[in-house]
Amino acid sequence: MLESIVSYGLAIGAVYALIGITYNVMFSASRVFSFTAGMLGMLGGVLGALFIGKLGLPAIVGFVLVLACGAVIGVVTEIVAVRPVLKSIEQHLYVLSTLAFALLVQQLTAIEWGTEAQPFPRLIPIGSGWLDQQFWLPLLACAATIVGLEFLYRRTLVGRAFLAIAEDSYAARALGLPEQRLRLASFALAGVIGALAGFTGGEMLLAFFGNQSILSFYGFVPVALGGMGSNRGAVIGGLALGLFQQAANFLVGGIFAAVAVFVVFIAVLLLRPEGLAGATLSRRV
Amino acid sequence: MTDLTQAAMLATMPRSSWRARLGKLAPFLALGLAGLAFPLLGDSYWGVIVTRACVYWVLVAGLNMVVGFAGQIAIGWVGLLTLGAYTTSAMTAGTAMPAVSPYLALVASAAIGGVFGLIVGMPALRLRTFYFAMATLGFSTIVTQVALAWKSVTGGGIGVPGPVFGWPFVGDWGFYYFCLLLAGLCTWMTANLAASRFGRALVAIRDTEVAAESSGIAKPRLLMIVFLFSGALAGVAGGLFSSLQSYITPDAFTFDLSVLFFIAILIGGRGSVLGPLLGTLLLTALPEIAAPLVAWSTFLYAALLLAIVLLVPGGIADLLDFKNRRPLEQHREIVPRPELLMQLLHGKRGETLSLSGVSLRFGGVQAISNLDLDVRREEVHGLIGPNGSGKTTTLNVISGYYAPQAGEVRLGKVILPPQAPQLRASERIARTFQTPRLIGSASVVENVMIGGTIDGRGSFIESLLTLPRHRRDEAVLRERAMLALLTVGLDQLAEVRADRLQHSELRFMEIARALMLQPACLLLDEPAAGLSAEEIRRLGVLIKAISRTGTSVLLVEHHADLIFDICDRVTVLNLGRVLAAGTPDEIRSHREVVSAYLGA
Repeated sequence: MLESIVSYGLAIGAVYALIGITYNVMFSASRVFSFTAGMLGMLGGVLGALFIGKLGLPAIVGFVLVLACGAVIGVVTEIVAVRPVLKSIEQHLYVLSTLAFALLVQQLTAIEWGTEAQPFPRLIPIGSGWLDQQFWLPLLACAATIVGLEFLYRRTLVGRAFLAIAEDSYAARALGLPEQRLRLASFALAGVIGALAGFTGGEMLLAFFGNQSILSFYGFVPVALGGMGSNRGAVIGGLALGLFQQAANFLVGGIFAAVAVFVVFIAVLLLRPEGLAGATLSRRV
Repeated sequence: MTDLTQAAMLATMPRSSWRARLGKLAPFLALGLAGLAFPLLGDSYWGVIVTRACVYWVLVAGLNMVVGFAGQIAIGWVGLLTLGAYTTSAMTAGTAMPAVSPYLALVASAAIGGVFGLIVGMPALRLRTFYFAMATLGFSTIVTQVALAWKSVTGGGIGVPGPVFGWPFVGDWGFYYFCLLLAGLCTWMTANLAASRFGRALVAIRDTEVAAESSGIAKPRLLMIVFLFSGALAGVAGGLFSSLQSYITPDAFTFDLSVLFFIAILIGGRGSVLGPLLGTLLLTALPEIAAPLVAWSTFLYAALLLAIVLLVPGGIADLLDFKNRRPLEQHREIVPRPELLMQLLHGKRGETLSLSGVSLRFGGVQAISNLDLDVRREEVHGLIGPNGSGKTTTLNVISGYYAPQAGEVRLGKVILPPQAPQLRASERIARTFQTPRLIGSASVVENVMIGGTIDGRGSFIESLLTLPRHRRDEAVLRERAMLALLTVGLDQLAEVRADRLQHSELRFMEIARALMLQPACLLLDEPAAGLSAEEIRRLGVLIKAISRTGTSVLLVEHHADLIFDICDRVTVLNLGRVLAAGTPDEIRSHREVVSAYLGA
């Protein structure tokens, strides 16, 4: 039992962590919390099942196509739902515009793909038990994403420009950085990461339109608790959340787990609204 | 003579607003009559749909206070509907305890809905918008999961029968009239609320939280009451919903419903009661009119939401607001009438404001250091200095936005608690802001009435039911606001939307709002910025006259002419320290001041 708690918990936790990173990447570039993170995860699963399972494309081609679709949808999100409302960010219209956009995509999926959960093809037919692809693939994806992002942010010029925008977009623009293009690129990157999360977690979560709201919430919990913008918080929090959920599922039932996560989420945020790590206080008057 | 004409003007006010009031009432009356007459058609299919619209409206009316007025993005309100539905059903079906009358169960649902409304709403007091939206979303998911799992009470996936309401609301049409009655009641209550100081305070919290705080509006308390109220209505709506469905399972409460409620409000327009009412009717009927579109209904709702947010953020209410599309007079002049000040400010006492040893640093920047300052009653005290010298920071310490690391601020003998801006109004400290803080969608007179919020005596319940004390509050506040507008010279613009005013007019409107408090101490943050020379002169006369009624006035300003013209004493700050203090003449000839700030 312990084995299945750990293998399942870490795998689902890695998916949450990746969704959390998706939130972070969009947030850093635009100061926008976007409801589309969960949507990207849902699409990763559905598109993967569509390309590989339904259309019978080779796994690697399907994989690349899914990531490309994620990038395109990320760009569309930025153009349709984020850019028009950035000017009046203090009105929080982005909450509604990104929610509306995510719902549009979700409903379209429900109509075109169906409302039943459908299986996700098994890509690498080796291993059994916890060596099964569905358990290690999300973890691998999560590790690769972290290493990749770290390399991007620390070693490349584009990555440093991303950091500059995240730190102080006003000053970055004054230095001549193309803020708009960088933001677009960030949303494309977030699209890739979100789709990757859904794709690698596909076998476990199935290709199901309803995954959107689950991933939106459970992907947000670790970043909210860890502090927005912190990828380390997202990974640690995501894995911990996955383990806790699975343990509770096995020991006391899933409802308790859901209620417990919710109560912890609310309680921590009420005590420390800025998250467990990180503090920002902006000038109001 | 002027007094007489003004008294006459004030007296004619109510009569001229009679027709306006009838105009506002007409659409509600028409809808009510149509609702009463509707069963004559005898169409039972549409009967169900209109009943459903009434049930939805009971919830949306309450949610409108949270979303449309207070501006809290509560997207998971369907969770409270679920809760109310299961409470009523389980209590009448007797699955948890001996069965009770459905009417009693409905009351219990209201109570439980209220309590959970408060619990779900609480995060809004501290969390940022998106976090709160997520929290409500999480709540609605969990309620459904609990309903699914708690089989003994809710019947799990199989469900539980909904209640059947007995005498006096028997049969389908009886139930219809019951729902219509409750919907009418909710409309009446929320319309009352919208026109009360509570409704205005909610909008102030939404649009300009800082000004709301400085007017003494306690956000947590007010929001908690509103969440309680809104939750109770959602609980009632849930009970009615379960009866309408006749059998409920967790599947009946999809997130789509939440989206419907939410969009009904946004389509209608924030800060309106009629708009969301029309929005609810429209959205409930829409899938029925376009039958083939049922599968696409949520998609359409989402598309509608995106379109509204991006294209018409004001909703139906804005489109119907013909009055504010009439052009304003082109060359308007602000002519203050300082002679009315005695009438406006009678009965209040000025107090000396004193700062002693106040120091505040932000990280490595010493914003103010060891500052002593006395602003005596009946005196205009100028605070000048180069940019970054700590003038506005000083104002923010006085009005409680910043807590100084050392020193204290007193008004008279009272020590003002640091970091409690919402407590300044009760000490009669009023202020204006460097950039005017206003509620753009509210009329000028409503903006000014915000300033007097704490002088209302009636409670929330009294406003909900328009009891006498509420009506007296409204009359007093409106009359005082009109007097304040006459005093600053904006009376002609009283009913105009505030965001249509010119910059200079907004500055005077902020002063009128501050005067509503009958301040013992008035803090002005660059009131002359952006004004013409003639307007600055009139502003100077007004400020001086305010101080002569006993008020202590602290004036932060860059216009040296205005400062030297009207101030009794002047303090010059540089790098957070007092560079010089004294009469205008002393300051003008002070060598360091001239070299650091004034220039030769």
